[in-house]
Amino acid sequence: MTALTLSRALNEGLRKALESDPKVLILGEDVGKLGGVFRVTDGLQKDFGEARVIDTPLAESGIVGTAIGLALRGYRPVCEIQFDGFVYPAFDQIVSQLAKMRLRSLGNVSLPVVIRIPFGGGIGAVEHHSESPEALFAHTPGLRVVACGDPADAYVMVQQSIRCDDPVIFFEPKRRYWDRAEVDIAGGLAASIPLDKARTLVSGTDVTVLAYGPMVRTCAEAAVAAAADGRSLEVIDLRSLAPLDTEAIFASVRRTGRCVVVHEAAISGGIGAEIAARVTEECFYHLEAPVLRVCGYSTPYPPSRLEEHYLPDLDRVLDGVDRTFGY
Amino acid sequence: MAVNAKGAVAAVPDPLGLDGRAGSAVPIQLLTPEGERVEHPDYPLEVSAAEVQALYRDLVLVRRIDFEAIALQRQGELGIWASLLGQEAAQVGSARALGPGDMAFPTYREHGVAWCRGLDPVKLLELFRGVSHGGWDPKAHGLHLYTIVIGCQALHATGYAMGIQRDGAVGEDGEAAIAYFGDGATSQGDVNEAFIWASVTNAPVVFFCQNNQWAISEPLERQSRVPLYQRAYGFGFPGIRVDGNDVLACLAVTRKAMQAAREGQGPTLIEAFTYRMGAHTTTDDPTRYRLAAELESWKLKDPIERVKAYLVRSRLADMEFFERVDAEADEMGARVRKSCLEMPDPAPLAIFENVYAEPNALIDSEREQFAAYLDSFTGEEVAR
Repeated sequence: MTALTLSRALNEGLRKALESDPKVLILGEDVGKLGGVFRVTDGLQKDFGEARVIDTPLAESGIVGTAIGLALRGYRPVCEIQFDGFVYPAFDQIVSQLAKMRLRSLGNVSLPVVIRIPFGGGIGAVEHHSESPEALFAHTPGLRVVACGDPADAYVMVQQSIRCDDPVIFFEPKRRYWDRAEVDIAGGLAASIPLDKARTLVSGTDVTVLAYGPMVRTCAEAAVAAAADGRSLEVIDLRSLAPLDTEAIFASVRRTGRCVVVHEAAISGGIGAEIAARVTEECFYHLEAPVLRVCGYSTPYPPSRLEEHYLPDLDRVLDGVDRTFGY
Repeated sequence: MAVNAKGAVAAVPDPLGLDGRAGSAVPIQLLTPEGERVEHPDYPLEVSAAEVQALYRDLVLVRRIDFEAIALQRQGELGIWASLLGQEAAQVGSARALGPGDMAFPTYREHGVAWCRGLDPVKLLELFRGVSHGGWDPKAHGLHLYTIVIGCQALHATGYAMGIQRDGAVGEDGEAAIAYFGDGATSQGDVNEAFIWASVTNAPVVFFCQNNQWAISEPLERQSRVPLYQRAYGFGFPGIRVDGNDVLACLAVTRKAMQAAREGQGPTLIEAFTYRMGAHTTTDDPTRYRLAAELESWKLKDPIERVKAYLVRSRLADMEFFERVDAEADEMGARVRKSCLEMPDPAPLAIFENVYAEPNALIDSEREQFAAYLDSFTGEEVAR
């Protein structure tokens, strides 16, 4: 085991993928010499060459569109979109082309393309650098959408995503890039949790708290605080947002009878809404309270001096937990 | 249109001050509308009588596919059809310049390209009938799926070409990609991004733009103030304008551009100057936005008539040949009609097929629910 930051863990995961499959390519803006603005691809171009770690022109549709072409030729491209708010120029290529090619070809074509997107706020950034657009992609059939929450999982999940024959939108919690934790970079992936499975981070009995990406740590911390108040939170890291691991969610909610979903993304039409609907359908007689959501507001992301009010934090999570006991 | 392209080159002004690098606004031509064979110093083309006959056959059969499909749409058998009438030479000429290792990236109007790549025309009807979204294997035909969103495929072709480079398949026996698109698509960001990518990576890709003068109802002047082939120079690669109704010129120009790409000389933009003789699709009414006189003038430049005239005048084919081709077209037309009428709808549960390559719990559970719902009906109701 080695202590690595989340950024470094992703780097090691990408390195493993590049080493084990010559068809794996990395492309994006500034991913070469600079190593990416978050240094996730640091040193990879030096070690694997400019043909495999490609500094692209500055055009996101072009990055995804050419990645599709490379995949059609048998490659497994990993695209880096520099920031969440910059993915929209590529939206058409992702939604109309990448997601649909398999169906369009009746299964003759697979597009094993990974699109890595640093997402979420909390870093004091200017506009367009703190967004959480995951629901837009989770709503798009044909895509898999995942989010990693800590260094160990980041290392595993990025490799699993690259091996996946379906297109994967891979969200990275940018404010957690510098979180450090033990990562087993010697071990293989065989014993790892599958890419489409959730993981119980903290076991508990009173409330199921569902989170992903940057909110995983926040909710784990909330569980510690709640325990001090005598409340037992079960914190589940969803990992996969499309498809959702509904089996794990339902099993937990049936035990606890309460469910709070936490995400930074705007509450309306978000992942939490989807979960609330499904939990209501499948766990109706087990519920002691409606499914509650602790999320970003239905507003554009605010200027950074206000972001601490917009983003769910430990107190807002605990407030949500409290409210589920008010029914 | 000038007969002698060589003579015309010198006479063309150079509005952009490109010092001759911008090629010629007079399209490259090897066969006049009257069916007279002319030479061009940059595009010598040796074709045997049999080869010209084969091209003529392609043109006639492709037009027949189009004709049958329009009729099938009018009879309610197809949801829609995008006619290629008038663009047969651009498509057949360019597609016959491709080798088995090359990959073509078509739009939804490239029925002539599909024909030349060996795709059964019935597969095309599947798409326009609503039975599939295409469904053929691109690798088996060197023909990617039809792309409906305008311009997306230019980037796919460029990425594919970058893959060719990484496979080391550039050189004398190299491979190349060709992206087809229309004049309207040149306004799309994706096409412009593809030009940039192809240029800076020197990718083995040819951009084949069929300038048919109309993007549904919008004339070319809504898309560009400069001739389209000149766009290439701003991106750093050559642009060539070819007579898109001249199958021999399209063959020669595409052949040269593809070979240059295969050998590592990078991309070329070919503007095939042609005309969309029909409606944009069967849902369109071009009488609302263009003059009949324009159509009439282009009828005189018909891509098939000039080949026929050439074959007859030069005694390269006899009447029996033309009768044979017509008979084959009749036969194929009948087969296409019959296959379309007999084409079954997919089974309802096919909705859930081919969404993901790997097992997907969400799709599985919805399939199960829908199957149970279907089973709740009895007998005949769900049989169709």
